[in-house]
Amino acid sequence: MGGLSYLAQDPTLQDFGKDPWWLVLIKLVAAFVFAVLATLLGVWFERRVVARMAQRPGLNQIGPFGLLQTLADGIKMAFKEDILPKSADKVVYFFAPTISTICAVTALSVVPFGPMVSIFGERTPLQVTDVSVAVLVLLACSSMGVYGIVLGGWASGSTYPLLGGLRSSAQMISYEVAMGLSIVAVFMTAGTMSTSGIVSQQADGTRLNLFGVVDLPAPGWYAILLLPSFIIFFISTVGETNRAPFDLPEAESELVAGFMTEYSSLKFALFMLSEYVAMVTMSAVTTTLFLGGWRAPWPITLWEGANSGWWPLLWFMGKVIGLVFIFIWLRGTLPRLRYDQFMRLGWKVLLPINLVWILVLAGIRTLQQEDVSDSYRYSFIAGAVLVVLLVTLLWPSKKRPPQRTLQEKVNRRPAGSFPLPPMDLQVPPSPRTRRAVAEREPANVGAGQRPGAGQPGDAGTGHDEKEV
Amino acid sequence: MSLSPYVPIIGLFALAAFFALFSVAAARFAGPRRYNRAKLEAYECGIEPSPQPVGGGRFPIKFYLTAMLFIVFDIEIIFLYPWAVSFDMLGLFGFVEMVLFIVAVFVAYAYVWRRGGLDWD
Repeated sequence: MGGLSYLAQDPTLQDFGKDPWWLVLIKLVAAFVFAVLATLLGVWFERRVVARMAQRPGLNQIGPFGLLQTLADGIKMAFKEDILPKSADKVVYFFAPTISTICAVTALSVVPFGPMVSIFGERTPLQVTDVSVAVLVLLACSSMGVYGIVLGGWASGSTYPLLGGLRSSAQMISYEVAMGLSIVAVFMTAGTMSTSGIVSQQADGTRLNLFGVVDLPAPGWYAILLLPSFIIFFISTVGETNRAPFDLPEAESELVAGFMTEYSSLKFALFMLSEYVAMVTMSAVTTTLFLGGWRAPWPITLWEGANSGWWPLLWFMGKVIGLVFIFIWLRGTLPRLRYDQFMRLGWKVLLPINLVWILVLAGIRTLQQEDVSDSYRYSFIAGAVLVVLLVTLLWPSKKRPPQRTLQEKVNRRPAGSFPLPPMDLQVPPSPRTRRAVAEREPANVGAGQRPGAGQPGDAGTGHDEKEV
Repeated sequence: MSLSPYVPIIGLFALAAFFALFSVAAARFAGPRRYNRAKLEAYECGIEPSPQPVGGGRFPIKFYLTAMLFIVFDIEIIFLYPWAVSFDMLGLFGFVEMVLFIVAVFVAYAYVWRRGGLDWD
C-alpha cells in the first residue's frame, strides 16, 4: 500500500493529447451523455429527496421509483408550444438558453473521472482532456454561463425576467470573486492548475501512527488541509449555481420564475438542463479540488486495487452524489436569504476572510521552507503579531448609540423647545368635548365606564408632566 | 494521429452547441402553434404589461457598481494565480511582494467598504 503504487495510476499532463480521434470522440460522447443523464437523474433525485424531507412519497408513478418522470417531462416539453413573446428581442431570446447549456456542458471537459484505464486496448486517462490551465477553463465556463442568464432575462422584454437576470448576474459575479480566491490556496498547495495534477497531489497525506499499532493514513484531501478554502468554495458554488438558499434570481414570491419567466418548451428545458449540469459539474469540481478526486477514501484504500482500473469512477460518483445531496439538503432546510444579506455575505464576509486566510497560509508555507533562517522566522512572527495588534487597535469600534427612554430624550432637549408628544399619545379632549362629557356624565354611569373616558383630566395631566 | 489537448474542449463545446441549437430549432417545429394575443404579451401576473422603454430602460445603479467592483477584484485574483502556482519557487521574495500587493488591494477594499460601495441598500 505504498504511495508509489498509487502514483503509477496517475495520469500526467504528458498523457493527454495522445488519444486517437475515435477515442476522443468516445470520450466526448460519454461526457455529454453523463451531462444529460446527470440532469435526468438529478431532477429525479432532488424531487425524491425533497419529498422525503417533507414527508411525502415523491415521484413514484412513471417507471420504477418514478425514475422516468424527468424523461417524460422532457418529451412532453418538446411538444409544447414554443412561445416567442411580442416584446422579446428575437435573436438573443433564441440564443440565450444555448449559451447557458454550452457553458455548463463544456466545463465537464476537464473534470477527471478516473485514473489511467484501457479502452479497446488503448491506455488513456479517464478524462476528456487536461491542460496546464484546466481550472481556468472551469472558471471561464462558469463565468460565461452568466451571459446566458442575463441575456435571457434582458431579451424577454419583460420586467420580471429583466430583474431576475440582473440579480443573477450580480450574484454570480459576486460569488465568483469568493470562489476564485478560495482556489488560490489550492494552487499554492498543489503547485499546478491542471485538474489531474491537483488530484494526484492529494494522494498522500500525513500518516498518523497511533501507539505504533494502527497506521492511520490521514487523507491528503485539501478539504482538510485547507478547510477555510473548502467551506468558502462550497458556499460560493451554491451561490454560483443559483441554488437555494441563494436562489434569489428565481425567488417565486418576488420574481415569478426570474429570468426563465417568458421561456417555454425546450428553451425552458435547456435552462433547467444547464442548471442541473452546473450543479453536478460544480460538485465534480469540488470533489476534484478538495475531496481527492477519484481517489478512494480511507477505509477502502486498505484494499490494494481500490485506485486502479475502473473502480475510481465509482468513488468519484459517490463523492459527487454526496455533494449533490448536500445541495438538495440545503434547499430542503434553509429559507431563502434576502438580497442585501446575500450580497453582504459575499463581499463583506467571504472576501476578507479569504484574503486574510491566503496571507496566513502563504506566511506559514514560507516559514516551513528550509532555506529561511531563524532570524527571518522570528521577525516574521513578530511582524504578524504586530499587524494583528495594529488591526485590533485601529478596528473601528461599533458603539451603538445608547437607547434612551422617552423621558430621557425629553429631558435632553434644550429649554423652550417644542414639547414632544408622548409615545402612548392620547389626544386630550377639547374643552368643548370635556364640557359635553361632563354634562352627560350621569347618563353614562350605567352604560359601563370606558377607561379614561370618565376622567377627562387624566390624559391631559400625563401630558403636562412630560412637558419641560 | 494525435490531437492537441485543447481540441477536445472545443469538441465538447461543439457537441453541446449542436445539441442546444438542435433542440431550440426542433421546438419550433415539434410544438403546436395556436395564435392568441394575450399569450404573446409579456407576463405580469395577468395585468396589462408595463410598457418597456426603448433601449432597455434604466436599472438600479447598484448592479453597475457591483460589476465594476467585480472587475477590480477579478483582476486581483488573476494576478494571484500565477504567483500561487509557482509559490514554492519564489520563496520569501514572492511572499513579501504578494503581501504588499494584497495590502494595496485591501486599502482599496477598505475604502469601498467605508464609502458604502458594498452596502446594498
